[in-house]
Amino acid sequence: MIVRVILPGALTDFAGGQRELNVEHPEPCTVADVVGSLAVTHPALTRRIVDETGQLRRFVNIYVGLDECRRIGGLAAVVPSGCDVHVIGSIAGG
Amino acid sequence: MQEAPYPHVVRIAIGTRKGLWTAVGGTDGWELSQPLKDMAEFAAVAWMPRPDAPPRLLVGARSWFWGATVMTSDDLGRTWTDPEHAAIAFPADTGAAIERVWTLEPDPALPDVVWAGGEPHSLWRSDSGGESFALVRDLWDHPHRSNWMAGAGGPALHNVHRRPDGSTLVAMTGSGVYRSQDGMTDWEPANRGISAVFMPDEDPEYGQCVHRLAVDSADPTRLYVQNHGGVFRSIDSGDSWVEISAGLPESEFGFVVLAHPARGGTVWVIPIRAETMLPANGELRVWRSDDAGDTWVAQGSGLPDDFYAAVLRDAAHVVPYGSDTALAFGTRNGHVYISLDGGHTFTEVARDLPDVLSLRIWPA
Repeated sequence: MIVRVILPGALTDFAGGQRELNVEHPEPCTVADVVGSLAVTHPALTRRIVDETGQLRRFVNIYVGLDECRRIGGLAAVVPSGCDVHVIGSIAGG
Repeated sequence: MQEAPYPHVVRIAIGTRKGLWTAVGGTDGWELSQPLKDMAEFAAVAWMPRPDAPPRLLVGARSWFWGATVMTSDDLGRTWTDPEHAAIAFPADTGAAIERVWTLEPDPALPDVVWAGGEPHSLWRSDSGGESFALVRDLWDHPHRSNWMAGAGGPALHNVHRRPDGSTLVAMTGSGVYRSQDGMTDWEPANRGISAVFMPDEDPEYGQCVHRLAVDSADPTRLYVQNHGGVFRSIDSGDSWVEISAGLPESEFGFVVLAHPARGGTVWVIPIRAETMLPANGELRVWRSDDAGDTWVAQGSGLPDDFYAAVLRDAAHVVPYGSDTALAFGTRNGHVYISLDGGHTFTEVARDLPDVLSLRIWPA
């Protein structure tokens, strides 16, 4: 399956200027699988999403469709076929 | 006799909570750059000398969103190198993640070697001028580490000093001073006599909250610390310490201690009140001693009264300048001051920046 990963503007410099990346991974595919695939192709991008222990950074949210991944199993959450993954900086200003 | 070259101009790297600036100037005035980097805090900045080239500017950057890293610039901050793979990251088996780079110190003797202090308490060595760092494992694996505590800013190794004999001293929050003869192994605490007023045993082997360490330029066995609870001096490389706070106002607290880069026994501190973390009496003053801390004199010409902000540990620096020194510091309310005459008079370099976290001077 191919997962479309949508990035915030602040991270496009680390994705070759692209706002979207396609990640190919066999089903079943989890958020961790998507992140792991990105780590191979875009390490500078990935280390801004997860730290070196693999933990999702505190102020980074990953949405699987409309669900923030922490509410549906964290990095182990399954990404259904055809579902986009959004990486979004969380609210941290008010 | 021919006079030594007089560096009329110096360049200052200013790391703040929300961006990085440089200022260039001297006796004829100061010019502040536009933000060279924004949307990140810069708790550490450093200039690394390079032969026949401008110095390399290194920064410890931390985005609240995207984490911490070290970046370098070889063109005075116009362009930056941020490696694909993190310049500084814990080995997988540690289970730790770098939260912040608290200090960057080019080795005074070894070209391209840079030392970094990190959070959680960790010492790092780069042999590539800061492009990649390796964890100093023997300090990380020290049996005391599980008992080291965090200060209000976090569990930081914030100060690294390499001495002429190859030994290394580090200072850490909630842990104190540790030293190693070879800079990599054999780490031992060196805190006897430094108080720990926040612990039941006020004279523990380790656990002191040392805020800053300085090494005397003429006698590297003579050390100074600004502690969470007084200023202390050692004359035996840290085997023992005595308090030298007498004569300082509100002497129990502060973050800054600077040793004169050429004159033994001269040292500066910027005391603040522990209860408020503000300058005593609302007067921003730098206190100077020319007898290794036996007596102190306030220096404040050009510095403001009615001033209510602190100066943080890495936000002050002193370098040789002509026949004297350039001594600069930044404040938590975004002002930067410099003295080009050993602290006798100060000039404002910048104001209304974000909180100044780090500052380093380079003779431009």
